Amino acid sequence: MRYVIIGMGVAGIAAAEAIRRQDSTGEIVLVGDDPHGFYSRPGLAYYLSGELSDRQLFPYAAQDFHKLNLRYVKGRVTRIYPVEHQVDVDRHGRLDYDRLLLAVGSTAVRLNTPGADLEGVVKLDHLDDARRIVKMARRAKTAVVIGGGITALELVEGLVARGVRVHYFLRGECYWRSVLDEEESQVILQRLQDDGVRIHFCTEAAEILGKRGRVVGVRTADGRQIKCKLVAFAIGIRPRTELAQAAGLDVERGILVNEYLQTSAADIYAAGDAAQVFDPLSGRSILDSLWGPARDQGYAAGLNMAGQQTAYVKSAPFNVTRLAGLTTTIIGTVGRGQDEDLLGIARGDSETWRQLPDAIVAQSGFDVNRLRLLVGEKRLLGAIVMGDQTLSMPLQKMILTGVDITPIRSKLLAPNAPIADVIADYWTQWRKEHASQQ
Amino acid sequence: MDIMSFQDLFRQEATRREVLTTGHVVPEPERCVQCGICSYNCPIGIDVRGHVWQGRAVKDSHCLTCGECVARCPRGVLSFQRTNLFDGRTK
Ligand SMILES: Cc1cc2nc3c(=O)[nH]c(=O)nc-3n(C[C@H](O)[C@H](O)[C@H](O)COP(=O)(O)OP(=O)(O)OC[C@H]3O[C@@H](n4cnc5c(N)ncnc54)[C@H](O)[C@@H]3O)c2cc1C
Repeated sequence: MRYVIIGMGVAGIAAAEAIRRQDSTGEIVLVGDDPHGFYSRPGLAYYLSGELSDRQLFPYAAQDFHKLNLRYVKGRVTRIYPVEHQVDVDRHGRLDYDRLLLAVGSTAVRLNTPGADLEGVVKLDHLDDARRIVKMARRAKTAVVIGGGITALELVEGLVARGVRVHYFLRGECYWRSVLDEEESQVILQRLQDDGVRIHFCTEAAEILGKRGRVVGVRTADGRQIKCKLVAFAIGIRPRTELAQAAGLDVERGILVNEYLQTSAADIYAAGDAAQVFDPLSGRSILDSLWGPARDQGYAAGLNMAGQQTAYVKSAPFNVTRLAGLTTTIIGTVGRGQDEDLLGIARGDSETWRQLPDAIVAQSGFDVNRLRLLVGEKRLLGAIVMGDQTLSMPLQKMILTGVDITPIRSKLLAPNAPIADVIADYWTQWRKEHASQQ
Repeated sequence: MDIMSFQDLFRQEATRREVLTTGHVVPEPERCVQCGICSYNCPIGIDVRGHVWQGRAVKDSHCLTCGECVARCPRGVLSFQRTNLFDGRTK
């Protein structure tokens, strides 16, 4: 049996681990085109902020690869032949497979503003991007950041940490409107301003200005000019679907797979950022750009490929991140609608966060500690915890396991309810009562 | 570059005193993105990140329970649990 995995990200590695667990003798071939191999993409933000050296971003050591007993082919798959069960690998020729996994990830949506191809226009997708930004930040005094979601702020904060003056362009008046509410957005923007970031509301870049091929500034749609040497953008991501599409596989926003991670073609699976995964609970197919689900999907795909039928059960998406230095946990469904600063989905994002739930909002908080809950009929559907993280773990467990909140529902929805205390008390009691089952 | 605030340092000091006795570092693997800040900051070079990937507590006898990894993790993956309450597995 030969398993071919395309992509050496977390989904590809998790699949290889699962296959090896089931099948100790089958041949695993991992084809990857990233010259740096497997590293923590979310960790790039911490490298940018100076909390980490780039050498630390690699979770796998040589012996870990050795244990998997796989063959690594450094190259790019350029074509899939589903009927023949073969793939073309750039400069390596054709390769047979019995089972194939597409774990090809996603890529940053390009900026189509005139001047976007100038030297000094950067994104944060890849280790090379991060290294380039670190290098450029040494000479750039001023930068413009365009876009939304977590990555845009990681760029803003990374540049600030490196002593660059940052102008942040927002198309509207809010930050990450599809996930945060107005007040939360306000808290974040205020903190950025306190850190010296110039925020330009309702601002669009009309042109990136250059001289001798290099960025020298940005002209806004309302005619202002800002001098800068660096323009960083994060306007969303797009799953890599080209290979699948060219091979005739079913593709929507991502590569469509069922709950066993099978694509529409026999013996071809997909997982991670590239996959749009069917969720039997909601009956929809959803995109995530999250490390945890990518790993889980990769693992489930690997088990299925090796003959151990395993449904991937999507749990409530969850992310802990730092927004303007404020630790923020996002669990389950919290936001709604569209975001004018992003096209589609952002890094560290899930489409589930925006499915308008049948829920009522309860919130509390002042200054930087803030808690917002989405209260369903019987259970909590989502939560945002900003600042103090004491409740983040209990809420994660309550939402993920669907703890019945009937006894406290009315308390949570009472005007000016101290919801943090209500949750803390209930959780303590619930845990005591369920200690024996845990 | 000094990224930590005084508050963080204070908290770190507090955690250190609290657990110096008989604690283990325990991970919550779903929160982890394998960035490596924990291993990077371990004064004796324990591969904390590797433990988290495998969902294992840091039961290394060399662990000083100094709290560096717990305090520095930007995503709250790590916490201390007392030895006697803990059975060695996290998942
Ligand atoms: C800056 C940044 C911040 C992030 N922050 C968070 C966060 O806070 N929380 C969170 O949960 N997630 C975050 N993410 C997202 C998370 O990193 C991704 O969801 C995860 O890495 C997806 O893993 P994957 O294996 O599906 O894809 P990738 O990690 O993208 O791996 C795909 C691999 O396939 C290779 N490949 C593609 N096409 C081919 C081909 N034709 N032939 C050979 N190889 C190919 C690529 O080079 C790549 O190495 C962040 C990502 C970035 C970049």
